[in-house]
Amino acid sequence: MSILPRAALLIAALALSACSTNDRFKNGSGTGAGAGAGAGAGAVVPGSANDPRSPAYFQQSVGDRVLFLVDQSSLTDEGRRTLDGQAQWLMTNTDYMATIEGHADEQGTREYNLALGARRANTVREYLVSKGISSARLKTISYGKERPIEICSEEACYAKNRRAVTVIAAGGLTS
Amino acid sequence: MRHVTQLATAALTALAMLLPLGATAQDGPLRIEITEGVIEPLPVAVPNFVPETPAATEMASQIARVVTEDLVGTGLFREVPASAYISPVTSFSAPVQYADWKAINAQALVTGAVSKDANGRINVKFRLYDVFAGQEMGDGLQFSGTEAGWRRMAHKVADAVYSRITGEGGYFDSRVVYVAETGPKDDRRKRLAIMDYDGANTQYLTDSASIVLAPRFSPTGDRVLYTSYETGSPRIFVLDVASVGRRELPTAGGNMAFSPRFGPNGQQVVYSMEQGGNTDLYSMDVNSGQSTRLTQAPSIETAPSFSPDGSQIVFESDRSGSPQLYIMPASGGEARRISFGQGRYGTPVWSPRGDLIAFTKQNKGRFHIGVMRTDGSEERLLTASFLDEGPTWSPNGRVIMFTRETQGAQGQSSLYSVDISGRNLKPVRTDGGASDPAWSPLQR
Repeated sequence: MSILPRAALLIAALALSACSTNDRFKNGSGTGAGAGAGAGAGAVVPGSANDPRSPAYFQQSVGDRVLFLVDQSSLTDEGRRTLDGQAQWLMTNTDYMATIEGHADEQGTREYNLALGARRANTVREYLVSKGISSARLKTISYGKERPIEICSEEACYAKNRRAVTVIAAGGLTS
Repeated sequence: MRHVTQLATAALTALAMLLPLGATAQDGPLRIEITEGVIEPLPVAVPNFVPETPAATEMASQIARVVTEDLVGTGLFREVPASAYISPVTSFSAPVQYADWKAINAQALVTGAVSKDANGRINVKFRLYDVFAGQEMGDGLQFSGTEAGWRRMAHKVADAVYSRITGEGGYFDSRVVYVAETGPKDDRRKRLAIMDYDGANTQYLTDSASIVLAPRFSPTGDRVLYTSYETGSPRIFVLDVASVGRRELPTAGGNMAFSPRFGPNGQQVVYSMEQGGNTDLYSMDVNSGQSTRLTQAPSIETAPSFSPDGSQIVFESDRSGSPQLYIMPASGGEARRISFGQGRYGTPVWSPRGDLIAFTKQNKGRFHIGVMRTDGSEERLLTASFLDEGPTWSPNGRVIMFTRETQGAQGQSSLYSVDISGRNLKPVRTDGGASDPAWSPLQR
């Protein structure tokens, strides 16, 4: 059992920023000619991390993941706060779908961890639905212990691997 | 990319064609009681087989080598080195000089001969002698097959020797399907591979474009069930070993399906499916594609395995609050818990003899492979390490193979085997990292 350092959460979120989906470029509005050119200080570059409508912003500023305690699939207070932000973003940005990926640390068997990851992903899904997000926009998948982001065999790494990540992709229901 | 050369399936025929030597009754016949656990391995001499045609010379010594490795690899035998031999074996039919083998304490002697006929087929024959009794054990046997299948013929010889001396079925002429792994922990690539039980003749059955997990043989070894992410989320596939063709099983759409295993009739498949975050057990008739739900609980139910008679299923569930082992009728219904020790239990696998259940146990930060009787009694832990998991049984129920993963950022998976006595723990040779082994039945 461990308490998660808040900084760890943030670092994990930032570290993942390179993996964001490419699809957002296809669907983004207002990415016409010159959108990026000449963007001065303080200008919002559509699609970039300082565009509040971008998946990159979702990932880095809203926070795309919640972490879980050992063997648990219930949300922490911090997790709920993150998901409140996610729900708000999804309410505003209706062009996007989300896939919630559930993960486990390397303790535990492959099969059990697959099931545990599914539980975690579903916990997030249900919370977002309870906040008004249509379940049709939310998919879940479990990777069990197959896709760790941290590779040490210590609690510091395990804590970051026990996660559910909300991955944003273009493809709204009403577009 | 799937460049699998289909194994030239050697049509191996065992012909009891050789006359036994004149045998007389002796007391204290050569015998290893392996249920007792062997302390002192039995000395065995396997001189190079006699090449009866010039083209068979190299193969004759290779076959003797594989026979020796099979026997010594059990931990029940030790090799009497050729350098100790007093008289060479130059003729398969000449009488055995027992005194010469007694003098170097070779308690068992295996002699053999190899010939290659005009069509390129290989014939292998052998005899087994109880040196101290001064008599042959059983009749000589002959196997024939293609040249490409020479290792199988060696394994057949070793299986017969093992079987005669221990009274147990053999396990050398068998294969292992597993997940071959490359790359670091945070970018691991996985593909299905198949090899002989001793690591020879590796072939890859899938590419590494998507995650593949936990392959399982059909009861005849002709098909493999496994879990793959190739459609995006975990689904169950069945693969024909000979053609390497595969198809997805028609589990309910949109739900994650995993942890499949064949029933003993090769038609029924039991598996886990997740719905709304909850994982339960189902069974499917592979021909009709019809599924039946076996459990209905808010807890996780996974890792099912049939009893050899197909009447029961052992599985893992956390309905008590932590993962434990349960047995229920194969059609579903009330389950009884069988694991009561400290720690968490998972991946139970029923032994082919029906008497034991192998499992993974996690306790105080360590992992173990263990066995217990089917009523949960007589639990014994056979291994201990940072991470051991996923036992699979040898065809004769004497040996367990499993995944061992080392600790830390550079952690790698590899295969190990251990006797059910807890002795003879050793790595299994694979090309690169390996996990999730499944042992085939004996080949025919």
